[in-house]
Amino acid sequence: MLPKTMLKTLLTVSGAALLAGAATAQTAAPPPSVPQPAPQGGLQAPAPGGAPNGQQGGELVVDVVGGIAAPLGIAVPTMPTSEAVDTPAGRTDVLGAQLSKIITTDLRNSGLFKPLEAGLKPVTVPEVTAPTFEYWTGAGASALVQGYVRATGDGTLTVGCYLYDVTSRNEIARQGFVVPPSDWRRAGHKCADMVYSKLTGEGPYFDSRVVYVSETGPKGRRIKRLAIMDQDGENHRFLTNGQAIALTPRLSPDQRSIVYMSYLNDRPAIYVYDLASGRQKLLVANNDLTFAPRVSPDSRWVLFSMARAGNTDIYRVPLAGGTPQRLTQSTAIDTGGTYSPDGSRIAFESDRSGTQQLYVMNADGSQQQRISFGSGRYATPVWSPRGDLIAYTKIGGSFRIGVMSPAGGNEKLLTDGSQDEGPSWSPNGRVLMFFRSTGGGSGKADLWSVDLTGVNVRRVPTVLDGSDPAWGPLRP
Amino acid sequence: MAKVTTSILIATALLATAACSKKRPAVIPPAPSGTAPVDPNAGNTGAIVPGSRADFERSVTSNTVNFALDSYDIDGSARAILDSQAAWLAKYPNVTVSLEGHCDERGTREYNLALGDRRANSAKNYLAARGVAAGRISTISYGKERPIALGSDEQSLAQNRRAVTIVLN
Repeated sequence: MLPKTMLKTLLTVSGAALLAGAATAQTAAPPPSVPQPAPQGGLQAPAPGGAPNGQQGGELVVDVVGGIAAPLGIAVPTMPTSEAVDTPAGRTDVLGAQLSKIITTDLRNSGLFKPLEAGLKPVTVPEVTAPTFEYWTGAGASALVQGYVRATGDGTLTVGCYLYDVTSRNEIARQGFVVPPSDWRRAGHKCADMVYSKLTGEGPYFDSRVVYVSETGPKGRRIKRLAIMDQDGENHRFLTNGQAIALTPRLSPDQRSIVYMSYLNDRPAIYVYDLASGRQKLLVANNDLTFAPRVSPDSRWVLFSMARAGNTDIYRVPLAGGTPQRLTQSTAIDTGGTYSPDGSRIAFESDRSGTQQLYVMNADGSQQQRISFGSGRYATPVWSPRGDLIAYTKIGGSFRIGVMSPAGGNEKLLTDGSQDEGPSWSPNGRVLMFFRSTGGGSGKADLWSVDLTGVNVRRVPTVLDGSDPAWGPLRP
Repeated sequence: MAKVTTSILIATALLATAACSKKRPAVIPPAPSGTAPVDPNAGNTGAIVPGSRADFERSVTSNTVNFALDSYDIDGSARAILDSQAAWLAKYPNVTVSLEGHCDERGTREYNLALGDRRANSAKNYLAARGVAAGRISTISYGKERPIALGSDEQSLAQNRRAVTIVLN
């Protein structure tokens, strides 16, 4: 089992703390042209497990310990606009409705919130900073997210985002986002991130992208294309045309490149795809099979596997290219290397014991030690961005997604599908995306996500079928 | 030769049809003398060129060897197949081949890429030991990306654990 504190997302909004926030002194004034940051001394969400002692009454608690979710009732009404104006992203009043939908979907998908389905009322611009708390209490909301949209003279959009505690009638946080029209959805994700992190104490993750392999076609001849999309499946873009099989992409932490494997010219090898230019280049110029690329946390190195004369070992090479440096020396299959968040350690899989198992070593390849000892095989380790867990694929008849401590032990299986493979962490280390294959003749696979409770399992929408998801970092 | 004859007949029939449906040209091309007017490639569909991929696939016991689960060992039946391949390759020393390694879907993607590489190299090393110059044999691993049997039953999975020798033309 995981330590309880790790899974516990405790939300405490105490009246006393809110009063100290003083932000509630505002009366029904129109929103400022650009919302000011929440005043210092405003409520800080407690650290996980660090709930104030002895506070019983008046607390809002989101408690997901043991996988029994008690999602928080939250209202996200349509964001009004003072003047409906046409923009390249659409009319501002339409955008207001869509933004509240983006925020609603993000919060619902986290499994920690229960957005109001009915009883949402229209909100006026002055009401954004002076909510009608009586109404929202009656509607069953414990928290309230309001905001507004405005087209600015310079062609940008301004989105204000306000979070209120309905019970104590206080403002918890506010933020303003100025975005180019092409990035309008990101304002919604940023707002949802503010709400999520304020109320749960966890890091944000909604404003992030996923690179993955888009699949279609019959099982014997799947067409596999490199693709990128927002975490919620929107803004989807194909990056390769499907003529060559594309596999196992990873977004570099600096979000400038994608490393992935391609069968271009029938020479399976790792390529570095530059997102700005759309150009790609071979990572290692030789005839050997190179695969399983992972970028180091500082975006300077690529950890990868290379097969030479039938033997696969782990190497690293500068992302810019250079001479590979060998890190493992065994005659076994050593692959799936993944860096710890500080770059000092590497987890990988090896069948040197006879079957696939998980190992850790220093970044220079020294001090290799096995960490998985359960029954069955273990594959595709991924180090959590929080550093506290390693996710993996557990093979024991079926494929399932699990997590364990980097020192070994504390194993927990999170999914129960028969063919779940290849987990990838959300930027805050609380959610895993993976792919689930359908057995039999279809060859179909889809993207799914599961949180650390194992309860909140859901399919991630994709244009076609999908596999090999890699969740990128939070966008700046 | 039956095939060749058929092709010629069809070709002649097509020419006749075309001639009927079209306006008669001002100058009639000279009638072919001796041989029938036929696409030279069409006449060869039944003939197998010695040393070609088709010749290889007709001559050897099989172009495919199979493996046990998570194994890359060359067993007795695989040896017999590879021996027949080595004998054919000895006859055509200028022919190069590609050895494709494949896996079933019960392994993870990246592990299977490595396992497919092991299988391809295992077969390559056997052929080399039988006297085929290693430089004539390239390898490529497809992992679990290109199953030949589409089911998930034991029999399908066993068919997918394979190394396939492809003559490069």
